[in-house]
Amino acid sequence: MLSARDVSHAYGSLRALDRITFTLDRGQTLAIFGPNGAGKTTLLKVLAGLIQPRHGTVQLAGGRRAIGWIGHQSQLYGPLTVVENLLFWASLYDVPKATRRTRADELIGRLGLERQAHQPARTLSRGQAQRAAIARALIHDPSVLLLDEPFTGLDRVAAEELRRLLGELAAAGRATVLVTHNVEEGTELASDIAFMRAGHFVAFGPRAGRDAVALAAAYREAVGGG
Amino acid sequence: MVVDLLRHAWLVARKDLYLEFRSRTAITSALVFTALVLVVFEHGRDPTAVATIDLAPSILWVTFSFAGMLTLNRAFNAELENQALDGLLLAPISRTSLFWGKLVANLAFVAVVQIAGLLLFTLFFNVPVWRVWAPLVAVMILATVGFIAVGTLFSAMVVRTRFAELMLPVLLLPFLLPPLIAAVEVTAKLLGGRPLSEVAGWFRLLAAFDVTFVTLATLLFPATVTE
Amino acid sequence: MTLVRSGRWITGIALLLVAGVYVRALVYTPVEIHQGLAQKIYYVHVPSAWSAMLAMGMVGLASILFLFLKDPRYDRFASASAEVGTAFSLVMLTTGPLWARPIWNTWWTWDARLTLTLMLFFLFVGYQVLRGAVTDPGLRARYAAVVGICGMVLLPFIHLSVYLFRTLHPMPIVLKPSKPSLPGSMLVTLLLSVGVFTLLYVGFVMQRYAIGERSDDA
Repeated sequence: MLSARDVSHAYGSLRALDRITFTLDRGQTLAIFGPNGAGKTTLLKVLAGLIQPRHGTVQLAGGRRAIGWIGHQSQLYGPLTVVENLLFWASLYDVPKATRRTRADELIGRLGLERQAHQPARTLSRGQAQRAAIARALIHDPSVLLLDEPFTGLDRVAAEELRRLLGELAAAGRATVLVTHNVEEGTELASDIAFMRAGHFVAFGPRAGRDAVALAAAYREAVGGG
Repeated sequence: MVVDLLRHAWLVARKDLYLEFRSRTAITSALVFTALVLVVFEHGRDPTAVATIDLAPSILWVTFSFAGMLTLNRAFNAELENQALDGLLLAPISRTSLFWGKLVANLAFVAVVQIAGLLLFTLFFNVPVWRVWAPLVAVMILATVGFIAVGTLFSAMVVRTRFAELMLPVLLLPFLLPPLIAAVEVTAKLLGGRPLSEVAGWFRLLAAFDVTFVTLATLLFPATVTE
Repeated sequence: MTLVRSGRWITGIALLLVAGVYVRALVYTPVEIHQGLAQKIYYVHVPSAWSAMLAMGMVGLASILFLFLKDPRYDRFASASAEVGTAFSLVMLTTGPLWARPIWNTWWTWDARLTLTLMLFFLFVGYQVLRGAVTDPGLRARYAAVVGICGMVLLPFIHLSVYLFRTLHPMPIVLKPSKPSLPGSMLVTLLLSVGVFTLLYVGFVMQRYAIGERSDDA
């Protein structure tokens, strides 16, 4: 479904990505842990097609249409209401006019945003904005989810809800790449783990039932006090 | 393919129009500014010293230029707020659609301000505009399109730099001049009752300028948003 | 020989030649009837204008090459050319009034040619300001390339506006559709001057490029 082969990228002389290779299938969730500056966001942008890598190829079944991106910025327009935002993004992704409204309502319901639905996006709290951002990312039913530090700034409750939702989405067959610098956050969700440092994977493999503590230890060892 | 291109561009433009309609800040400030400039010119002139009709073209076009700059400033601000620009770049629409959408929205705003400006102008200054309204509107359109195309392109870049509001006028000034000179010349000749044949050359220059720079800006826009 | 050394040699030779052309201009070229001695500034003003426009053209070309080939050397060349162009357009802007004052009794007129000279200067200044305002080198190069290409394409429109606009400025007497109407000896001096200034441009850009290369590697 999603594969990267020998992807390398540089900013000037600074090596940002170094021969990244992996494949991701339906239902798999890859959690990439790494310190700041390791190249995690760059890799995600390359996977999304926002950056053309210097070397290597990325193959994504369905192209840009199949991607849902959730970052720490909501990508919503402040003055427009939640519903208006969702309808706009749906139209850009060519979601058929007839189904746009129903999908928007469905997602608003699923994410508990009924009361905020007709409020301008700028009036939302951080947690509400994050949920609206998730709705925006899902409005076109993407098969691949790319998540860039999605738990940033979320309180415990919101983070737990996000974890639950991501689990459901993976169970329904989506491939997910989750990038974070915090090992505790992504562990339960992941089917596969990668540790990243200075642009390359220093470790890559299935989670194999390890829990957050074990992974944190392995991470520290592999990345060295990250 | 082309249909999709235009359709997506229209979606982007429509979104910008909704946004502006919701907040109304840019258009309001541009309209107020236009009125202010015209009032200042009205009070500052001495009708016995220089006939209005000699000053009129310059006044009109200075006003339009400033108003144009003001509306350009808003072009990409909304996209930066919550990184919506990244969302637009991720979406399955071409960069060209994005650019044309922005361009159409900008032109719509500028058009509103220019029409209001023209009406105020005829109100304040007793100048025979109505006889020549058609070629006057034509020159207003032609003198604006190319400039706003370059302005939209530059505002995409400038929005991510420091001193964005200062940078845009500095970069745009040289591009303002050829259409501005042409516009003032044509307006002067039109208001002075000169035959249309005398301004044909200027119209051709404006048309060439517009075609060139709309094309160039469209081609260069992707370079401003890729990484 | 390193780039800087050869750049310096070329600049040095060019400066000597400039002096040489000036001796020719002042001593061996006839004085123009209407404008008198002040017309001699023409031999600095016009070639400076030419070099400034050459610089802008080079910025544009290098920018196009950079966007297609993504080689940072083209960006470095564009940057060097822009700086040199700024210097030449300053010369152009100062010699213009120096020429205008004795002839028209005013330092500046807002006629087409002088105004458009000013615009070329602004183009260069804008280019430099933009470069200064962007910290990321990749972004800076791309943004500068976009502005550079637009500036280069703007130049012909600036020239076209001159022809259409009634102006105080002496009508273009060399670069116009019919044969140049400058008398023989003056034309030769002018052409020599243009050639020498072009050489000067090359020398300056080579040195500036070399400095840029060294600071990029540092």
